[in-house]
Amino acid sequence: MAHMIDDATIEYVGILAQLELDQMEKEAAKNDMGRMLDYIDKLNELDTDGVEPMSHVFPVHNVFREDVVENGDDRENILKNAPERKDGAFKVPKTVE
Amino acid sequence: MSKQYETVIGLEVHVELATKTKIFCACSTEFGGAPNTHTCPVCTGMPGSLPVLNKQVVEYALAVGLAVNCQINQYCKFDRKNYFYPDNPQNYQISQLYLPICHDGHVEIDTPAGNKKIGIHEIHMEEDAGKLIHDEWEDCSLVDYNRSGVPLIEIVSEPDMRSGEEVIAYLEKLRLIIQYLGASDCKLQEGSMRADVNLSVREAGSSELGTRTEMKNLNSFKAIARAIEGERKRQIELIEEGKPVVQETRRWDDNKESSYAMRSKEDARDYRYFPDPDLPPVVISDEWIGNIKSRQPELRTEKMARYQEEFKLSEYDADIITGSKHMADIFEAVTAICGKAKEAANWLMVEAMRLLKEHDMDPEEMTFSAENLAKLILLVDNGTINRTVGKEVFEKIFAENIDPEQYVEEKGLRVVNDEEELRRVIEGIVSANPQSVEDYHSGKEKAFGFLVGQTMRSMKGKADPGAVNRILKELLG
Amino acid sequence: MTAKEILSLTAVQLGKKIKDGEVTSVEAVKAVLDQIKAMEPLLNSFVTIEEEKALEQAEEVQKRIEAGELTGPLAGVPVAVKDNICIDGMKTTCSSKILWDFVPTYTATAVENLKRSGAVILGKTNMDEFAMGSTTETSAYGVTRNPWNPDHVPGGSSGGSCAAVAAAECFYALGSDTGGSIRQPASFCGVTGLKPTYGTISRYGLIAYGSSLDQIGPVAKDVTDCAAVLEVLASHDEKDSTSVERKDCDFTEALRDDVKGMRIGIPADYLGEGLDLEVREAVLKAARILEEKGAILETFDLGMVEYAIPAYYVIASAEASSNLSRFDGVKYGYRAKEYDGLHGMYKKSRSQGFGPEVKRRIMLGSFVLSSGYYDAYYLKALKTKALIKKAFDEAFSKYDVILGPASPATAPMLGESLNDPLKMYLGDIYTISVNLAGLPGLTVPCGKDSKGLPIGVQFIGDCFKEKNMIRAGFAFEQSRSYEMPQMAADAMAGKEEK
Repeated sequence: MAHMIDDATIEYVGILAQLELDQMEKEAAKNDMGRMLDYIDKLNELDTDGVEPMSHVFPVHNVFREDVVENGDDRENILKNAPERKDGAFKVPKTVE
Repeated sequence: MSKQYETVIGLEVHVELATKTKIFCACSTEFGGAPNTHTCPVCTGMPGSLPVLNKQVVEYALAVGLAVNCQINQYCKFDRKNYFYPDNPQNYQISQLYLPICHDGHVEIDTPAGNKKIGIHEIHMEEDAGKLIHDEWEDCSLVDYNRSGVPLIEIVSEPDMRSGEEVIAYLEKLRLIIQYLGASDCKLQEGSMRADVNLSVREAGSSELGTRTEMKNLNSFKAIARAIEGERKRQIELIEEGKPVVQETRRWDDNKESSYAMRSKEDARDYRYFPDPDLPPVVISDEWIGNIKSRQPELRTEKMARYQEEFKLSEYDADIITGSKHMADIFEAVTAICGKAKEAANWLMVEAMRLLKEHDMDPEEMTFSAENLAKLILLVDNGTINRTVGKEVFEKIFAENIDPEQYVEEKGLRVVNDEEELRRVIEGIVSANPQSVEDYHSGKEKAFGFLVGQTMRSMKGKADPGAVNRILKELLG
Repeated sequence: MTAKEILSLTAVQLGKKIKDGEVTSVEAVKAVLDQIKAMEPLLNSFVTIEEEKALEQAEEVQKRIEAGELTGPLAGVPVAVKDNICIDGMKTTCSSKILWDFVPTYTATAVENLKRSGAVILGKTNMDEFAMGSTTETSAYGVTRNPWNPDHVPGGSSGGSCAAVAAAECFYALGSDTGGSIRQPASFCGVTGLKPTYGTISRYGLIAYGSSLDQIGPVAKDVTDCAAVLEVLASHDEKDSTSVERKDCDFTEALRDDVKGMRIGIPADYLGEGLDLEVREAVLKAARILEEKGAILETFDLGMVEYAIPAYYVIASAEASSNLSRFDGVKYGYRAKEYDGLHGMYKKSRSQGFGPEVKRRIMLGSFVLSSGYYDAYYLKALKTKALIKKAFDEAFSKYDVILGPASPATAPMLGESLNDPLKMYLGDIYTISVNLAGLPGLTVPCGKDSKGLPIGVQFIGDCFKEKNMIRAGFAFEQSRSYEMPQMAADAMAGKEEK
């Protein structure tokens, strides 16, 4: 099944991924995604009926921590790489609520 | 237009759990604190950081689930909910979609029509987001990640409620249960309990569901009630005008008593949930469940029974006092100090409740200490002050948590027990009110009360009413 | 000792000589820094070189060795670290513009382990941006060249680490492997690279690409070094929920030249069409050498081979699309200068900060997770992963080690691969399923093609059975001696003085 990825799909995926592509990049993206999805379609040849999707490769479970405070005030380190900061917080363009 | 409409309401309630640390890191969950002082690489989404699950979160989630009659998913896992927003440091929230920890429970509420079961669809664990502070001076927002990673459980109900009253009853029931479990303090005003209302309307008798909207920013029970009423009206209006109800999220503005749609072009609402590869699944054994059940702290019904048994309270009294975990805690603490259960119950049920009503407060908001109420009870009990004065002092305790012993001394409120003094004053009152004396002698009981009143006034209330009565009777013959 | 003598040592050999007092850590660091100065203008293996810090560390470590405080085999040995592994105070870029000035305030557990054992950190090596690529050409800081032929790529994504080891710019290096990113460049550069069983080395501090597939691993001149480094790196970390607690981390115990009776399987489906003839010959020759040493070699049908790549790309890009969402200009890294509002800032910062391959994978990943496609793509890929694991489980019930090529060809020329991403992806065919199944893999140099470019043979072990593959690799390696690329030897030649 040849995948025709259209402009609307690229727009939509751009919103999901918060990426903005210019016209050339959009064309390339449509082409690339289409080809990759065609290739990925190979998986449809496989009969996976009754197979459980495997998220974790080993049957590990119940990895827990105890409810004990170990961290203190690390603000200076946390803000060290902030592109913009103010009053001990990260500064961003106004969010509309 | 006289069509009858039925309102169908479901609730999504988020509860901040009372753990000491966050869900995936060992930062403190303490409220307050300067911005970003309870943070670490994990809860701020630093590159290379990884989550590790706080066991206490699972324990609380299980305890709540079991207390609301849920089935437990003994194999459950975490999924990532992907969306971009600055209060979400990784731009994904770790939550549970595919296999939440609890499902299919219910809670019973009292309605005028009798007992009603409100279904609980599921309960899942997730992490809270940080806080956005809107800067007043600059056109920007500031992000504080102290709250990011605080553990939440989200309780999703079935759309079983039909009125604002039922919603409030459901929330009060949930709150009581969760408080009794110690899993959260459930304070709506502080945000440790948040309710989003999903509401649709349909013609009475119809079995199809109408289009529902979601309402957010409901910060008190009253706001919830108003929002439900407002949205119901709005939807009915639309329907009657033949317009469609749009499925959307609306933000309630309690000051304006109206809501507006929170629309965002950037919000594709496609969260692309997938199992979080950084967190192994949680397997809950029968043993663990049994353990939690057995450790369940005394729930409300048990407490009520115990109060009747141990403290000999009436069912009615026990019911009122246990109606709030905080009040029950104060009751027990006061009783433990002064040993006067009936008195403690009385002060709480009569005076405290009166003041709560007067100030439109929740029992949760009482801030006075058990010690001070216990002291007051003993002061009245041993006759140091009389009950009238006691009520005054209680108001001060309620408002400012004053130490009653100190206060009584400072203000000179002790009952005047000096028999001589009292007799002198009463003699004075009697001689100053000959008409009343005559009225009393001619059978007017009211005159006696008047003379007692005058005496009390003159003594600034500090006389022991019993003694006044006795002496006055003696003098009048 | 001369600089050449020092630089020709393996890490373990150097560690011993330092302990024996024949050479100091500072001397070793100086030798390596000189080599770096000579090689870097051409190779560009490093993004960041911390000369001063390294010399300071070397002095401190030397003191502690002399005081008997540091007794491990790698104390004092200089190491280079791939630039997606966080080190406190050292710029970490993932070879991306979006992290151009990011300096972590925390250190990856694996590196903490190294530091505790007395390692001296030279700097951060170049890579494909966010580990997405097979040639190190997607780096925002220039390509790295293959020391065997500078017109060719070193492989990727750990190209900088492998080139640095090959060019003697360090004694060993850390790389990361999600779909072959240690093993393939190791084979292209004629060095040894090892990826352990998933969960063996903590991922805390490794900037995530494909979380269910990523592992840090050593790159060095030989199997002995890799085993020694692995022993230091492996630990159970409470900060990583996927970290496995293992009791069998004495990997150097497997350094025995003994493969008698070892059952080695060669997947017939690895030897078919698409495999370069010279590579095929070199790999089969390696197999015969092991057979002569007493191993039992057999070809078999592994199955599932053609499904590994599509499954991998779905899973890895899905996880990556989520893992890379945090790069948004809010908390760290690149923020665009001009933008319109919050979402404008996100879009511009990310679009300007990420390179085309990264954007490609984020888009693909977002798509396969999106509503309507999740079942068909993502879940399907997870089911395929389960079947791949099953295929390997079956194989390992019959064999102790699986042997095969690391890559279908030797290092391509620079510029050749980027026009056709799909073709580039197909080059991962031998390494990718190992990550999907969480298995350990090891590449050892086994020859050169007619162009003089190195060929590597890959050993794959069952989960938690690194020792089998280490033993096979070590035994094979005894038949060869380590070869250094000419340009590296030339750079050292002029330095006869200490």
